[in-house]
Amino acid sequence: MPSTMGSTSRDDLSRAGAARAETASGTTDGTTTDNTNGSTGTTTAGTAGAARPGDLPLRLLDEKGVRHPDPALDRWLTDVDGGTEGARAALLALYEDMVVARRIDAEATALQRQGELALWPPLQGQEAAQVGSATALRSDDFVFSSYREHAVARKRGVAPVDLLRVWRGITASGWDPYAVNMATPQVIIGAQALHGVGYALGIQADVERGVVEPGDDGTAAVVAYVGDGAMSQGDVNEAFVFAATWQVPLVLFCQNNQWAISEPVTLQSGVPLVRRADGFGVPGVRVDGNDVLAVLAVTREALHRARTGGGPTFVEAVTYRMGPHTTADDPTRYRDASELDAWAERDPIARLAAYLRAGGLLTDDDEARVRAAADAVAAELRAGVVALEDPPPLSVFDHVYAEPHPTVAAERAEHAAYLAGFDDATDTTSDRAEGADR
Amino acid sequence: MTTQTGAPTLTLAKALGAGLRRAMTDDPTVMVLGEDIGRLGGVYRVTDGLQAEFGPRRVVDTPLAESGILGTAVGLAYRGYRPVVEIQFDGFVYVAFDQIVSQLAKMHARTRGAVKLPVTIRIPVAGGIGAAEHHSESPEAYFVHTAGLRVVSVSNPQDASTVLRQAITCDDPVVFFEPKRLYHVKGEVDADLPLADAPPMAAARVVRPGDDVTLVTFGSHVATALDAATAASDEGVSVEVVDLRSLSPIDHDTIAASVRRTGRLVVLHEGPRQAGVGAEIATSVTERCFDFLEAPPVRVTGYDIPYPPAKLEGNQVPDLDRVLVGIDRVLGRAGVGSGVGSGVEVGA
Repeated sequence: MPSTMGSTSRDDLSRAGAARAETASGTTDGTTTDNTNGSTGTTTAGTAGAARPGDLPLRLLDEKGVRHPDPALDRWLTDVDGGTEGARAALLALYEDMVVARRIDAEATALQRQGELALWPPLQGQEAAQVGSATALRSDDFVFSSYREHAVARKRGVAPVDLLRVWRGITASGWDPYAVNMATPQVIIGAQALHGVGYALGIQADVERGVVEPGDDGTAAVVAYVGDGAMSQGDVNEAFVFAATWQVPLVLFCQNNQWAISEPVTLQSGVPLVRRADGFGVPGVRVDGNDVLAVLAVTREALHRARTGGGPTFVEAVTYRMGPHTTADDPTRYRDASELDAWAERDPIARLAAYLRAGGLLTDDDEARVRAAADAVAAELRAGVVALEDPPPLSVFDHVYAEPHPTVAAERAEHAAYLAGFDDATDTTSDRAEGADR
Repeated sequence: MTTQTGAPTLTLAKALGAGLRRAMTDDPTVMVLGEDIGRLGGVYRVTDGLQAEFGPRRVVDTPLAESGILGTAVGLAYRGYRPVVEIQFDGFVYVAFDQIVSQLAKMHARTRGAVKLPVTIRIPVAGGIGAAEHHSESPEAYFVHTAGLRVVSVSNPQDASTVLRQAITCDDPVVFFEPKRLYHVKGEVDADLPLADAPPMAAARVVRPGDDVTLVTFGSHVATALDAATAASDEGVSVEVVDLRSLSPIDHDTIAASVRRTGRLVVLHEGPRQAGVGAEIATSVTERCFDFLEAPPVRVTGYDIPYPPAKLEGNQVPDLDRVLVGIDRVLGRAGVGSGVGSGVEVGA
């Protein structure tokens, strides 16, 4: 069992560079010194102290969409930087994935407002962090996420309508995790980080036993997505410890979207979250989470480390939750409109669009095609969701156990008999028959 | 040491180790994780020698964090492994409660059967050994109350070996309680017993037949119950002792069949009375066997108090005399401490 802590490999991730965002100065939110996150000193958990080089989020696209070179990151982006038709297609794919994700998000919010969904946790503002990181994944990698990673799930191959099943209230999982190599949404904050550690430990064990062959670029790896609030959870901190001890192939990817419902990130941490990693002996990198190219590059680098025996990496993607925590939330109660305005200027989609436009890589025709594709997904999503039927009542007894369990079987029979009491001879019999087969 | 049957005589702790060894040999996906289980062999030496035999990749010393251990086990099982985790002491399992109750127990239902998590959680359980605080808990009711978990408790070395192997091969998560008082109790153990020849994991066992009173218990209190049955027989009372073995599911059929013959039920356990396993059994018997009952069911249990300091634990852990008092009560016989005829409402 390797027991060396990850004291190496911080070299290129912790460097200072011209391409870094010019905004951070030791703040937990990664914003400018005018501190637009709306938090006043009353909620600050500590003092950030002097800025350190690693506090500055890595950035390749500035807020105007101007591309800045950074050789250490650029080497991970040869497929999108080449200026070839293939590179343009790859960039447009990133753009389309982000636009479609936002469109799905807007449609889901509308569906909730119209009573078709019970709840929806919007991702607006976090498209670059999600699409960039998910694009770096191999199909045999595995993802554990929280409940807001809709763009990641779509990138893994989850059908849009399946994203919404949980939120319609008809199931606790919208898809088969093994079909797309991504677990279904975790609601308990941070619990999934440990699942990522265990799964990654299993990959290590598989390789040692010779039951899987590493690919050309190394073994499969795991990405566990957490948020800034989760960084206070014991499970996430334990995940750091366990991952470092065993040097498992794991990327702990934190989307610091500045808010855990109404609690600003300054309430979770007095120092930039990325600094936590060092104490665990895990390489950490802070990246501008609204810069899809930088996110793609740092995730590829972290995955490469994981695949080749370099152990876990912590990525803090500094981004912003532009919408409410969920459709049940009212952010106007706890944050200023000016903060949203400031972050709107760093919009991840507008930023990539500006870059593409400036380079002639995004034409009006492209834009129209992407918008049409997004509208088509939204229309299909709406039709699919509205058509979703409630599962039969007795399905609540399905799968409680993998093997037969007499107590559940007896309670199922009891409830079936109860339901049958409402029958008028022709009603619900098909439901009971279906349930009885399981 | 072997006996005439050829089966070696092992302590319960060694029998558990033998069961683990058999399971690890049978299935390369079985991994053992916990604190101090490697070179030390666990604080009760259950995993003694396993790391030397199977290597540190399969017998894994973990950092000291129970939620971390359980969360890691969930992830390993997600990947296709069968982790067996050791919680060092009963009172330490609570910090892993979310991973057990919200993750491990619910994952199969949550994913509509797509994800099976065959994790076995071994927990040294209960008191009577003069231990420090948090080392003598009986937390079984929490887990019995949780859908998705199976819960077992063993009372003898053969079951320790066999039921542990059954738990590991079961596709559901199993909470496996090992009574600390029994670790050094010896018995014949066939560690290679084909599981097909063993009784089902969920089946209770009548360990002493009787006609007058059904005494249901599990774990270390099977021995207490057998002692009580012997003592009662001296007074002409025939007690049938049922070793529950499985606490979830509960083998209600075996219990009901017994009570229909005896007409009287005493349930014995060390965990607190309120909403405990005894409450479930007494209620179920009342529902199923009401017309057969000659007396209200009686619970002989730990009290609803924090587990006392070592010098006082005798007040909490039911002993032979408290069981005999319970038998007196269910028979309606006045006796020392029975409450019958004294005006004291015992068991209210």
